[in-house]
Amino acid sequence: MKLQMRITGGLAFALAALLGTAAQAEDITVKLGVLNDMSSLYSDIGGQGSVVAAKMAIADFNPAAHGMKVELVNADHLNKPDVGTNIARQWFDVDHVDAIIDVPTSSVALAVNEVVREKNRVFLISGAASSDLTGPKCSPNSVHWTYDTWMLANSTGKSIVKTGGTTWFFLTSDYAFGHALERDTKAVVLANGGQVLGGVLHPLNTQDFSSFLLQAQASKAKIIGLANAGGDTINAIKQGAEFGITVGGQNFAGLLVFINDVQALGLKTAQGLILTETFYWDMNDGTRAWTKRWQAERPGKFPAMTVAGVYAETLHYLKAVAALKSATDGKAVVAKMKDMPTDDPLFGKGYIRADGRKIHPAYLFEVKKPEESKYDGDVYKLRATAAAEEAFRPLKDGGCPMVTN
Amino acid sequence: MMERVVDPLVLQKRREASVSFAVGLAALAGFFAVAPFIMYPVFLMQVLCFALFACAFNLLIGYVGLVSFGHALYFGWASYFSAYTAKAWGWPPEAAILTGTAAAAVLGVIAGGLAIRRQGIYFAMITLALAQMMYLVALRVKMTGGEDGIQAVPRGWLFGRFDLANDMTMYAVVAVVVLAAFLLIYRIINSPFGEVLKAIRENELRTVSLGYKTERYKLVAFVLSATLAGLAGSLKALVFQLASLTDVHWTMSGDVVLMTLLGGLGTVFGPFVGAFCVVAMQNYLAQFGQWVLVIQGVIFVVCVLLFRRGIIGELARYLRVKL
Amino acid sequence: MFEIFGIPSQALFGQLLLGLINGSFYALLSLGLAVIFGMLNIINFTHGAQYMMGAFCAYLLLQYLGINYWAALIIVPIVVGIFGIVIERLFLQHLHKLDHLYGLILTFGLALIIEGVFRNYYGSSGQPYQVPEALRGGRNLGFMFLPNYRAWVIAFSLVVCLATWYAIERTRLGSYLRAATENPTLVRAFGINVPRMVTLTYGFGVALAALAGVMAAPIYNVSPQMGSDLIIVVFAVVVIGGMGSIMGAIVTGFVLGIVEGLTKVFFPEASNTVIFGIMIIVLLLRPAGLFGRPA
Repeated sequence: MKLQMRITGGLAFALAALLGTAAQAEDITVKLGVLNDMSSLYSDIGGQGSVVAAKMAIADFNPAAHGMKVELVNADHLNKPDVGTNIARQWFDVDHVDAIIDVPTSSVALAVNEVVREKNRVFLISGAASSDLTGPKCSPNSVHWTYDTWMLANSTGKSIVKTGGTTWFFLTSDYAFGHALERDTKAVVLANGGQVLGGVLHPLNTQDFSSFLLQAQASKAKIIGLANAGGDTINAIKQGAEFGITVGGQNFAGLLVFINDVQALGLKTAQGLILTETFYWDMNDGTRAWTKRWQAERPGKFPAMTVAGVYAETLHYLKAVAALKSATDGKAVVAKMKDMPTDDPLFGKGYIRADGRKIHPAYLFEVKKPEESKYDGDVYKLRATAAAEEAFRPLKDGGCPMVTN
Repeated sequence: MMERVVDPLVLQKRREASVSFAVGLAALAGFFAVAPFIMYPVFLMQVLCFALFACAFNLLIGYVGLVSFGHALYFGWASYFSAYTAKAWGWPPEAAILTGTAAAAVLGVIAGGLAIRRQGIYFAMITLALAQMMYLVALRVKMTGGEDGIQAVPRGWLFGRFDLANDMTMYAVVAVVVLAAFLLIYRIINSPFGEVLKAIRENELRTVSLGYKTERYKLVAFVLSATLAGLAGSLKALVFQLASLTDVHWTMSGDVVLMTLLGGLGTVFGPFVGAFCVVAMQNYLAQFGQWVLVIQGVIFVVCVLLFRRGIIGELARYLRVKL
Repeated sequence: MFEIFGIPSQALFGQLLLGLINGSFYALLSLGLAVIFGMLNIINFTHGAQYMMGAFCAYLLLQYLGINYWAALIIVPIVVGIFGIVIERLFLQHLHKLDHLYGLILTFGLALIIEGVFRNYYGSSGQPYQVPEALRGGRNLGFMFLPNYRAWVIAFSLVVCLATWYAIERTRLGSYLRAATENPTLVRAFGINVPRMVTLTYGFGVALAALAGVMAAPIYNVSPQMGSDLIIVVFAVVVIGGMGSIMGAIVTGFVLGIVEGLTKVFFPEASNTVIFGIMIIVLLLRPAGLFGRPA
């Protein structure tokens, strides 16, 4: 049986090599796969919007001019690590996908990260938040764009503590992302002289927060830190209003809030919420123009920072592939991406660090009051900007094995 | 020992059944021997694991008449134990698989002991409730990794010699184990023990009046079913190098019911066909996300109303053989 | 603020009250299941999906027809009840002669279809549904802040449960129902249209589930999966209470809700699983359930 396998395998290999060399004589074909949540609680911050962003990146890159052909596929990982890794494996083994893009839900991202590493392809992360992706789990095949839990904690957490929110109670989503966010924010709160009075874990996609909110109320903490995202954050804030959280003198800190969440809540409920994003559609002419193009396919919606991240990293990836003239060696492409400085209308100028972390400025926003909003989508006012170097965790603190010093 | 007199017609039917089984087994073995060179091996391994899971479930529902709506409990927790021992304790794959299977057996004894007390619908509800409880436990307990699951499980070296990281080697191991287990089930069904089980399904009261302690038989069958489901789960954890909440969720219990129903309740080969169809459908329709749920529901409804015998059942009826 | 066993009273009473609210939903839903099981001998797996349909119906009525909560309380159970009747006529009536198992699987399949369809159109995020104007705000009871709406839920559920119990146990129609369960042939011989009663009973059980859904809409997130996780807990409630009596289902529902609430205070990690744990204990001691008649 073994000899048979070896002969068959050898023949297959020879054939593939033959075909491979034949292929290189023509256009370079690159296949991209957008893997995210299309139907559940994170579908608004990525979903179809990310697919549109990737398509725009491909179009703006203009493959024909570089002698390349770029194909795009997409799939729904249902926020489940096993579905995500299944799809990733099949994409790599059977469909010859070269790069996987987006992947919100840190537990899925961490699992896919391992598959990408094993198969030596590329992982362009945008949706996932866990800072472990550029920390202990960092990989030479991955680039983490847009944001991470450390940056959020540092920006939102620090500013809230400094403005009087000194006692905290955490409402945490019970998985990799929630734990990472809580851990990073706790560290910031304590480092800035605050106190953590307690916390409670809730399952992903919780419908009823009443008992958790009751515990938060009982703790008498000034700030209830929401270490969750998407639908969970929205539910907690909505039900918090029902239980008179703010009436009782406590405030919510939305540690990860996207523009879509703010719109789902409505300005009346969300006003005054402080949050951090690395992209806002109304920031400057470049972002406005891009958003207008994006909205052609997503009417009535506004792009979250993760969608912008998908566009920017896909574009940068394609530029790196064009420079290398090949997409087959994932490590090499990522090394090239770190080598080339980044420049796009959404995030401006920046670069990718050795640990895979993309560096760009972080913006602290406050949600406008209903009277202050002049047009649809006018929801943020800028409170502070953190320069790229300060916004993200210092390279040496991450615990990434690739960083040797 | 008294000579057993058997009706010649019964003997003839048994011979026919043996022939049809041999043919079916040859076809099955042949398919799985050739398939990995044509189809994606990981997909086939998924089919094999779920086929074993469905065979285990079929043992209970097809031959004893007990509907367990919480079979994911054994499949999923075996998967967790197997993954945990392989990853956190670095055990070799054979030890990990055995651990997972043993864990499922223990859970089967406990759950079976509780559920067997009730009949029919209550039995089903109790199995479902127990499975859901263990799902909630899996959500919280540190060992399982909660929403993240146990990731990057090393496949290891089987008996220190075979590198399971190679998909083809892993496939060979999985295929051999599953087919062996399948043969074991067939042996059990066609043994005196199996005959009593079938008698219980047909008419439990009469079987009791014949002097059989039916509760005991049911429990043994239940534990066997749970153990084999556990074996499937342990294998699956190594194939995908991941054990997650999906494996203990009630949708997984529903999936195995679907596979068995579609293949044919109480048929020998039905579970394989059913597993193949359902896994293929789920993979093929992955990009449509939620429609898979709807389609599965439709298949359930159609099967119950119009297609109760399932694929193999209908085929068997058409060919007038026992499959 | 005083303390009981080291737990501040605010937390204790607050969780107790929340437990009572959860208990109201458990009671309503297990009541519906008990009614259906009593008549048709079918476990209505679709119950959770029908509860969800009730909530969505309320949302859709408000969104597209501007029909408010109060009208929805009446319209939605009727609409979803009719849907239930259609299911019974189309599917369930063919299963009477078959093994119980098929009824289970069929209703399970229907639940998957309904949940899947709603998920495809509405996604998982959930739809907004406001608490009706008249019930907004709340009362500070000293030991906790009680939203008015949640108080209403407890009161209204009690009323509905008791009314149902009365209708089935104390009225003439109820007695026909109970007789038809025991001996349909004999009852039919008396000239009573048993199949129609069966159909209407199923519709009524479904309507109860939908009513629970409408009541849940303002406080629980209106999403396609709101029914599926809840229904399994309700099954456990039903096993504990025993299918024998209507009152059993109601009492068990409320009591278990309270027990769950207490567990959240004293032993929060176990709060999800306590009902299942109780089910195991009851099964060991009284296999027929607390109020059930041994088979």
